[in-house]
Amino acid sequence: MARATRHVGLPRWVFVPAAVGALFVVLPLLAMLDRVRWGDFLGLISSDSSVDALLLSLRTSAAATLLCVVLGVPMALVLARTSFPGQQLLRSLVLLPLVLPPVVGGIALLYTFGRRGLLGHTVDVLGLQIAFSTTAVVMAQTFVALPFLVVSLEGALRTAGGRYEAVAATLGARPTTVFRRVTLPLVLPGLASGAVLSFARALGEFGATITFAGSLQGVTRTLPLEIYLQRETDADAAVALSLVLVVVAVVVIGLARTRATP
Amino acid sequence: MKRWIGAAAVVALLAASAACGSDDSSDKASSGSKDQTLTVFAAASLTGTFTELGKKFEAEHQGVTVKFSFAGSSDLVAQIQQGAPADVFASADTANMDKATGDDLTKGDPVDFATNTLEIAVPPDNPAGVTSLQDLAKPGTKVVVCAAEVPCGAAAQKVEAASKVTIKPVSEEQSVTDVLGKVTSGEADAGLVYVTDVKAAGDKVKGITFPETTSAVNTYPIATLSGGKHADLGKQFVDLVTGSTGQQVLADAGFAKP
Repeated sequence: MARATRHVGLPRWVFVPAAVGALFVVLPLLAMLDRVRWGDFLGLISSDSSVDALLLSLRTSAAATLLCVVLGVPMALVLARTSFPGQQLLRSLVLLPLVLPPVVGGIALLYTFGRRGLLGHTVDVLGLQIAFSTTAVVMAQTFVALPFLVVSLEGALRTAGGRYEAVAATLGARPTTVFRRVTLPLVLPGLASGAVLSFARALGEFGATITFAGSLQGVTRTLPLEIYLQRETDADAAVALSLVLVVVAVVVIGLARTRATP
Repeated sequence: MKRWIGAAAVVALLAASAACGSDDSSDKASSGSKDQTLTVFAAASLTGTFTELGKKFEAEHQGVTVKFSFAGSSDLVAQIQQGAPADVFASADTANMDKATGDDLTKGDPVDFATNTLEIAVPPDNPAGVTSLQDLAKPGTKVVVCAAEVPCGAAAQKVEAASKVTIKPVSEEQSVTDVLGKVTSGEADAGLVYVTDVKAAGDKVKGITFPETTSAVNTYPIATLSGGKHADLGKQFVDLVTGSTGQQVLADAGFAKP
């Protein structure tokens, strides 16, 4: 698919706004590094509440990513390999959380799964307690992260095309076998980077979580919520924890890049 | 596929920038004319009363526009410390005002102009049958409070300590409005908020007073700032707030006198 393109020189002026843009992103991160009090760094990030928040964030983001894969792969398949009336509209709706402010997502979840929400009664009858639970955190994260997986995987599926699948089918492979032996291996890099993006999005989730799940140490207070709270009293701790999140994000992006370009 | 990731990243960026409201308080009064803009930083719990007082102030002062920035007191102090161009600062607690005075950012001594105490807020139908502070400690009652890091949470802890009631909250929220939101939406059975919040919420919540509330009285100080450009106007606004008009508006909203 990648045709060898001859390197054409860029107009020189392009480099100026490009450099400004890069600075705009990098400078605040450097400014934050400058603010970290390295002497107390370990003490600040190893407090009980910080460790609880980091572990909770990693746990819930992993769970949310798993949910995204379980739900998102079939969604991407349906969007990429079938056509039915209203598909465009459905795609737009499913991808809505990408552009929706997360707080809006949190409010929507609240009025769906909250105690007095649309499904609140059903949830109650089933004996589930979603409000103020870690489950609510995972749901909020899944809500905002799912479109990332669907978008990357649908793109991968379209790029891969259906030729190999068609050949496999003519050779007598059942649809499930085609999916398992042909489709999945073809789009695995796309799936991997989609999953990493979803994980990163879940890790950074703040608005939907604070609206829908609340904030309690070890139960619903994820790292972004902890940072926001620490900032009230202890700016140093907030900066130190922010740096932890930046490091995690850099690692995640690094992973995504190495996976995406094998 | 790369393209899709790129597109996703762009969309995410757009979403992020849409989520972050800009608070530019930079449009200074056009030089030369008499139009002036007084910038007031006030605690979020003062939104209703100060908006009303701002209108009164504008009516009394031709060509003056009062611009408010309402946020958590600690946020506001942080912004003032970073050089935000504010003329007046009204804090919801003395601790945050002390930060401003400690850094020599205020002009003169702050004046206490109101106090606020905690009240229990429950949904109108009071599903858990809460009637006292002690009821909040009952197992199974979903209580939401502010986190200890913010003023309303510190007040809640004081009340708990004084009354020897141990509340096990299901959530410790970032701000008093978050607590109120959890109660009005019916997610929580009860929350500890300020008397003024219960009053402002109207019939969306029911307030339950309790005697132990006197152990945590929040005092609101106000001061003009040395970084401001309109010292006289700022002083006049402070006078309005501490004067009879201001005190009446505050009393109507449920604030008590200092």
